[in-house]
Amino acid sequence: MINLAARDILHGWGKFLFTGIGLGLLIGTTLTMAGVFRGMVDDAQVLIDNSGADLWVVQQGTLGPYAEPSSIRDDVWRGIAGLPGVAETGNAAYLTIQMAHAGRESRVMIVGMDVDRPGRPGAPGYLTAGRPILHGHYEAIADERTGLQLGERVRLRRHEYTVVGLTRRMVSSSGDPMIFVSLKDAQEIQFLKDNDALVNERARTAANPAFNRPGVPGLLEAAQASSGQSRNVNAVLVRLEPGANPDAVAGEIQRWKRLTAYTREQMEDILVAKLIATSAKQIGMFLIILAVVTAAIIAFIIYTMTMAKLREIAVLKLIGAQNRTIAMMILQQALSLGLLGFLVGRASAGLWGPAFPKYVLLLPGDAIGGFMVVMVISALASVVAIRAALAIDPAEAIGG
Amino acid sequence: MDKVDKVPAIRLTGLKKRYGTGDAAVDALKGVDMTVWPGEVVGLIGPSGSGKSTLLKCLGAVIEPTGGHMELAGETIYEDGWKISDLRALRRDRIGFVFQAPYLIPFLDVTDNVALLPMLAGADNTVARQRALELLNALDVAHRAGAQISQLSGGEQQRVAIARSLANHAPIILADEPTAPLDSERALTVMRILNEMAQQYQTAIIVVTHDEKIIPTFKRVYQIRDGKTHEEAGEGRPI
Repeated sequence: MINLAARDILHGWGKFLFTGIGLGLLIGTTLTMAGVFRGMVDDAQVLIDNSGADLWVVQQGTLGPYAEPSSIRDDVWRGIAGLPGVAETGNAAYLTIQMAHAGRESRVMIVGMDVDRPGRPGAPGYLTAGRPILHGHYEAIADERTGLQLGERVRLRRHEYTVVGLTRRMVSSSGDPMIFVSLKDAQEIQFLKDNDALVNERARTAANPAFNRPGVPGLLEAAQASSGQSRNVNAVLVRLEPGANPDAVAGEIQRWKRLTAYTREQMEDILVAKLIATSAKQIGMFLIILAVVTAAIIAFIIYTMTMAKLREIAVLKLIGAQNRTIAMMILQQALSLGLLGFLVGRASAGLWGPAFPKYVLLLPGDAIGGFMVVMVISALASVVAIRAALAIDPAEAIGG
Repeated sequence: MDKVDKVPAIRLTGLKKRYGTGDAAVDALKGVDMTVWPGEVVGLIGPSGSGKSTLLKCLGAVIEPTGGHMELAGETIYEDGWKISDLRALRRDRIGFVFQAPYLIPFLDVTDNVALLPMLAGADNTVARQRALELLNALDVAHRAGAQISQLSGGEQQRVAIARSLANHAPIILADEPTAPLDSERALTVMRILNEMAQQYQTAIIVVTHDEKIIPTFKRVYQIRDGKTHEEAGEGRPI
């Protein structure tokens, strides 16, 4: 038996191809939205994995350091390092800033880390080029997505830093590439005021009689020195000894240090379920709308294609074609259109995905799921056209 | 023609068709009697609205009569209701249709337009195409076998439509104004082909027409007036 659907498609292949491409671009947009969501989840996962930590110790009662501000003293780590089950600790300071580079502004996350000993939690897991930070000041390791090159100098707030190393896939939960500097540099970037602000602050402190008392020498200078710098960090990252129970160690830290400690599972929950929950719902809504629009478009196209063949369908029925022959022709055309649309969509999503400012992760599982959804939508969308075709009276072929 | 031993291809007795009910009822056929023999080409003429198309649709098992008796090739098809359950199979296997416009399937080539009918009946693709080529050859359009429908002239398309109507060895062909869009020369050519096919395949052909130039070619003509048929002897002029 002749495949009527294939013959009809081949007869008007140009129209079918352009329709499929148009539909494919819509499906590509849908797949990209799913990829953006997967990318957000992956960014959060990568942030946790690449930190090298098993516990995150933050200010009591906060969801820091990524979801909420957290501030703790930078010597807290000493007490934590002595607890049973703790192998290694590292201070970490995080802040997101605008960076000007190559005539463009981009958003980066500055990560301050302990550089006195390599391999502390918080340092980049690996380098793709260059070396670790060896000096206490003005050296940086940058993620490749910042566009910075090895040896390049970049201005971060008040100082210029030399890029001594490059790393890859080190991003914030928002997908901003990271720049690693020493903890002291990060504290300066975060807390050190500019000269005008310092002069102004000193004048205000000097004008305060409580700090400028007669007969208390050195009080004003001490107060002014204290206000000009900060010894705080956002979190202490903890690596546990093999076999140590993360919940037990976290409980010890919370009990004795009056701080909050999160395990990896808890941090994943914060980053995935809380931090990107709204974005996920937003993307979910877009996916639903796009799926409905896709279904409506396929239904409209197939219905229009069927209505254009009313006379032929009436003739087919008149000369004895079974309903299933006609229904199969329409269903096969809808599925073919869906298949073409999916292939174009998957190819276009793969093509334009890397150009997106945020990481777009197109998982094979999502592609298979998307394909199944497109096929189901196509089949459902053909129902209207099939009903219309089966309702055609073969007598219409005779006229009169 | 010796009709004594033959079974009529079509025999209608008092066939009726009423549209609507009550006050709105319209009797399109009020008791049509008709007999058409195998190998015969008869004309069915009448003014617009006289019931020609209704009769053709009843004969084609497309609409159900409301009374009378209809017999195709000796088998009762209708008598107070359809006597055959699968009307599609009846149309596919025993009735060929030729329309005013050819109504060929535009996305199939010439051969497949003809071969489609045997394929729908379950014939093997090769056998169906072989049958199609035989018919196309008989109708002198075999040289266009691989062409698309849009590449054919009107006359060629009508020949392909006739070939399609014969593809399943149908004993009856219903032709609805088959010469209407054609000029005199082509119209007469189509009539000559129909007569040849009727003779060659012993097919009974009913031609519904308004076309004055082909009416003299029929040996018998049924004129339909007010829902009833009146048989008249035609001129049977040679084509």
